Amino acid sequence: MPLLEVEDLHVEFGREAAPLVAVDGVDLSLDAGEVVGCVGESGSGKSVTALALMGLVDFPGRVRAERLAFAGRDLLTLSGAQRRKLVGKEIAMIFQDPHASLNPCYTVAFQLMETLRIHGTDQERASARLRRARALELLRQVEIPDAQARLAAFPHQLSGGMAQRVMIAMALACSPKLLIADEPTTALDVTVQAQILELLLRLQRERGMALLLITHDLAVVAETAQRVFVMYAGQVVETGRVPQIFETPLHPYTQALLAALPEHNADRARLKAIPGVIPGVLDRPRGCLLHPRCDYAVERCRVDQPPLEALSGRRARCHFPLDASGRPTRGWRPQRMRAPSNA
Amino acid sequence: MPEAMSSAAPLLEARALCRHYAVSRGFFRAKGLVRALDGVSFTIGEGQTLACVGESGCGKSTLARQVTMIEQPTAGSLSVDGEDVATADKRTLKRLRPRVQMVFQNPFASLNPRKKVGTLLEEPLALNADLGTAGRREAALSMMARVGLKPEHYRRYPHMFSGGQRQRIAVARALMLHPRLVVADEPVSALDVSIQAQVLNLLMELQEDLGIAYLFISHNLQVVRHIADTVMVMYLGKVVEYGPKVALFERPAHPYTRALLASTPTIDARTRRERIALRGELPSPLNPPSGCAFHTRCPYAVERCRAEVPALRPVGAVRVACHRAEELL
Repeated sequence: MPLLEVEDLHVEFGREAAPLVAVDGVDLSLDAGEVVGCVGESGSGKSVTALALMGLVDFPGRVRAERLAFAGRDLLTLSGAQRRKLVGKEIAMIFQDPHASLNPCYTVAFQLMETLRIHGTDQERASARLRRARALELLRQVEIPDAQARLAAFPHQLSGGMAQRVMIAMALACSPKLLIADEPTTALDVTVQAQILELLLRLQRERGMALLLITHDLAVVAETAQRVFVMYAGQVVETGRVPQIFETPLHPYTQALLAALPEHNADRARLKAIPGVIPGVLDRPRGCLLHPRCDYAVERCRVDQPPLEALSGRRARCHFPLDASGRPTRGWRPQRMRAPSNA
Repeated sequence: MPEAMSSAAPLLEARALCRHYAVSRGFFRAKGLVRALDGVSFTIGEGQTLACVGESGCGKSTLARQVTMIEQPTAGSLSVDGEDVATADKRTLKRLRPRVQMVFQNPFASLNPRKKVGTLLEEPLALNADLGTAGRREAALSMMARVGLKPEHYRRYPHMFSGGQRQRIAVARALMLHPRLVVADEPVSALDVSIQAQVLNLLMELQEDLGIAYLFISHNLQVVRHIADTVMVMYLGKVVEYGPKVALFERPAHPYTRALLASTPTIDARTRRERIALRGELPSPLNPPSGCAFHTRCPYAVERCRAEVPALRPVGAVRVACHRAEELL
C-alpha cells in the first residue's frame, strides 16, 4: 500500500460559479522511503498541491478529492484536531524562503522545542530539559557548526543555508514518514544548495522517509529523485522514472522544458524557448491546456482534453505522445494552424 | 569605430579596483572595514560578454555599482571608453553614465508600478536626450518593437505583464540611450526556464544587432556557459579565476571554480562532475580569513594558503589566484 494516495485532487479559489482553478484533477502516489520530484513552472499548481496535502489551504480555498489518504488513513474525513495531530508530526514540510518561515521574534531553541512540545513523545512533552537536549541533537544532525551556541541564536543571525538547516531540523523533529520540500534550495547559492540537497538525501536514506521534492529546477530533480511528476497549469502532464523521463520524454511540454535549458544547447545558439506564458485564471484554453504553446498542436488538441494515459509503465497527458526519437506518434500529421488570436 | 582603435582601448577597463565600506559595529567599537571589492582588474571589449560569477556576498553587485558609476571606487582606476571615471567630476560622469545602463534581477521590483510602459521608457530620454515629446514617443515605440513588445503595450502598467515581458520592458529601458555596455545583474534568475530562454535569446540577438557589450552577473553557471565570452569568478571581493570561457569550463584551475562547477546540478548524468565537498559557507567579509580567503573551505588548503595571499597569475590559458594551481590542474 502506498504511503500517500491522492486521486483527482482539485483546489479552487474564488466564486463557485467562476472558480480560479489552481489544481485540476491531480493523481499522486508515494511509497514509503521514495524520493519523488514534482516539477513545473510557477503557476503550475505545485505548491498549492503541497499545501492541500498538508491541509493548509484556508477558506475561501476549496479542496476536493476522490481520495486523499496517508498511511491508510483518509485525510478528508479527519476532524481538524485529528488532522493537526498528523500534520507536523507524520507529514512535515519545509518552504522556499527559510527566513520568511522562521519566526523572527523567537530563538532557534524555542522554535525547535515548540514543535516537540506539541508533537513530541510523552516524555518530551513533560520535560523541557529533554526537549532542549533533543533540539541540540537535531541541530547536530543537520550539521550546524557550533550547535550549542546556535540554540540561542535568532533567525536574523543565521545565513540562508543555516536557516534552511534549522527548518529541516524542525521538520524532522518528530521523525515524519513524509517530508514535503517546496523549493528548499531556490533561495540558496549553488554550493550551499549542493550541501542542503546532500543533507536532505542523507537524512531521507537514514530514516527511510518519503520525500516529495517540489522544484522548478529540472536538474535538481534529475540528480535527486527516483520518480518525477511534471505539472502544467494545475494538471499532471507526465509521470515517469528518472532518467527515462529526461532521456525520452513522452509529453511535448517535458520535451520543451528540457530543450529550453542552456545545458542542452550548443554554444550561444538560440535557445528553444516555449512561446507565450502559462495560462492564468481567465485564459484557460479549451482542449489540451498546452495547445497554444505546443509545437505539435493540431485541431484535435484544441477541442479534446487528453486524459492522463498509462504508456509502458509511464503516464502522459497527450493525444500524440512522443516516441523515442522525440516525434509525435499515433498518426500525427502537421496541420496548418489558424492564426493565433491576440489574447 | 575602426578595429585598430577598439583593440587599443577596450570599452571598459578596471585596474586594481577597490571599494571598501566602513561599517558601524556599535557605538563603542571601532568601525569595521568591509572590502567589498579588493583589487579587481578586468577589461570588456566592444560587443563582448564578461560574466561575473560567485556566491552572494562575493562583491558582484558592488562591482555593478562601480561600473554603472553609481558609486565612486575607493581606489584603483576604472575607465569607460578611455576616460577615467574613478576620479571624474560630476559633469563628466553625467556625460558618461548613459553609456553604461543596467538591467536588474527582479522585474517585479525594478519597474515603477505607477508609471505606464511608455513613460518608463521615455524617462531616460527626458533626462538625458534633447528630444521633443513626439520624438521620445517614436523612440520608445521603435524600441518596444525591437524587444518584442506590441504597440498597444505603450499605455499599459507593469502589473499587466508577465515576468518575461516585464524583463523585456526593463531591457528596452536600458537600451533607450543606446548604451555601449549593459550591466545585467542576474537578469534571468527570477524567471521560469521557458521564459528564461526567451530573455536570453533576446539579449543575444540585441548584442549581435547593436554590438553592445554585457557585464553579465549570474550565479547560474549553465547560463554563463551559454552566453559569455570571458568569465570572472569572484570570492570575497577578489578575483580567483579569470579567463576565456572555454578554457575555464574545460579545465577549471581554481578549487573554488571547480567546486562551483561540481555543485551545479545537471540533467545528463554523464556530464556530472565528481562532487567536491565544500564545507561551510562564505566567511564574514568583516573578518575575512588570513592568507587565501578560500582556505577555510578549500579541500586542498596547505599551510602556505593560511599565511600568504595568492596573487592572480597566468596558468595555462587563464589567470588564477591559487598557490597550488599547477599541482591541481
